[in-house]
Amino acid sequence: MEYINLVFEEVYKIFFLLVPVLVSVAMIVWLDRRVWAFVQKRQGPNVVGPFGLLQSLADALKYIFKEIIIPASSNKIIFILAPIITMTLALIAWAVIPFGEDQVLANINVGILYIFAVSSLGVYGIIMGGWASNSKYPFLGSIRSAAQMVSYEVSIGIIIINVLLCVGSLNLSDIVIAQQNMWFIIPLFPMFVIFFISALAETNRPPFDLPEAEAELVAGYQTEYSGMMYAMFWLGEYANILLMCALGSILFLGGWLSPIDLYPFNLVPGVIWLILKILLLFILFALVKAVVPRYRYDQLMRLGWKIFLPFSLIYVVLTASYLFYFNLLPTL
Amino acid sequence: MVAHAIFFYVFSIIAVISAIMVTVSKNTVHSVFFLILDFISISCLFIMIGAEFLGMIMLIVYVGAVAVLFLFVVMMLNVAQQKNQWFNSDATSSSHIPIGLIISTIIFFELIIVVGGWKYKPELSNPNTTTQISNEISNTHSLGQVLYTDYIHIFQISGMILLIAMIGAIVLTFRRREGLKTQSYLKQISRERSEGIEVLEVQSNKGVKIDD
Repeated sequence: MEYINLVFEEVYKIFFLLVPVLVSVAMIVWLDRRVWAFVQKRQGPNVVGPFGLLQSLADALKYIFKEIIIPASSNKIIFILAPIITMTLALIAWAVIPFGEDQVLANINVGILYIFAVSSLGVYGIIMGGWASNSKYPFLGSIRSAAQMVSYEVSIGIIIINVLLCVGSLNLSDIVIAQQNMWFIIPLFPMFVIFFISALAETNRPPFDLPEAEAELVAGYQTEYSGMMYAMFWLGEYANILLMCALGSILFLGGWLSPIDLYPFNLVPGVIWLILKILLLFILFALVKAVVPRYRYDQLMRLGWKIFLPFSLIYVVLTASYLFYFNLLPTL
Repeated sequence: MVAHAIFFYVFSIIAVISAIMVTVSKNTVHSVFFLILDFISISCLFIMIGAEFLGMIMLIVYVGAVAVLFLFVVMMLNVAQQKNQWFNSDATSSSHIPIGLIISTIIFFELIIVVGGWKYKPELSNPNTTTQISNEISNTHSLGQVLYTDYIHIFQISGMILLIAMIGAIVLTFRRREGLKTQSYLKQISRERSEGIEVLEVQSNKGVKIDD
């Protein structure tokens, strides 16, 4: 009986984590479109609900009632599995994100590695979808995406090593607590910039949205998808973007810590600070989408392998030597 | 402990079945997907015995990078040829089977020797281990403590071997194609206005002669 209670308690916690995440995914789709529109001097979605806030819900309703078309020559099991995998992987990574001191679903020792592993699995949803469609455009899109995501994971991994050198732990809560005196964005500012650009590439956001470049590939790996399955790809993509924003604010912007450790700011709960930081990063993501033209494929690969990788490796050496020379290396 | 046993058996059954499916499934892409499932269930087993660092590294390296490259190569093959020919009866493909049998027999005997030696002569397999595994620190820390101190040379040598393998693969497959138009960023940035354009006085009804 006690065991069943334990299971129910976990299910309850998971429910109250996932529902806000899904609602905020719907909201940031709206925010993305609004920011994009304002940069281009348009209004954006402003009809459904106050300020168009309910636009995403209306879209979701539309997707639910549309027919799911499965191409006759596709590989049916993998075709159906692909959006499910994308969505699931985008959601399970939230298990280790700390929203405050001890406000975390699973406080595991290797939290940052877990997020890194889950985000590197995210490429499978895209590859499977592209291959199973058995059609040219999705296949080209998925091949591009696989190469792109594998390349940029390398530089994200090395950036994470930079942060870990300063912290001495793989636990996400420890990473936040280590920033109490100074957020890592100050000593590691170049790494923050590279992390931001790599996160854009990792989540297939413009200017790196080559897997779904509509000018060349119709819609890339999503071409053959329709109805709810298309919506699941969409949701998974935006949940991944939110996750990358959360990771960026935990690694560099001090997670749930308040910017100034003084009286009126201390009273604000940590969750609010974390949400504000995630929103700040997301608005940057949306602005980049509006102002930067799409990269060509060879330029993308050059940026990842020839510029980001050597630069972040050199920065690892610099950080390690600085910490070693001034005896600042974290101890057990 | 019952839950632990149940999870162990679930993961190991999935691992064994998917390992078998890798070899018997007709479609090569399906084989790679079963291989990925196998890697994932093995990393779950690693996490269950408390080696969470190894489990995560297994996920990142094997599933996140190596298997993606496998899929990449397999998907490039022609879709009509994506049939596993091992179990067809024509003469060309069945000639692989004796070689496979020999290799698997050798691996089987090697396994017997290693496991037998580890079971009956345990002092042979762990020579002078000075560090004790303690439960106080996480296994990432304890791995780091032995990997970069006691085993630094082995670690460096394995890194060197991987580097040489990587350079060798690049050298063997690299070929420079002739007549390829590439973009030189340095050239583009260092262009001056005076090289690019020329201002000419154009007289009426005369026109200008360029390229002379």
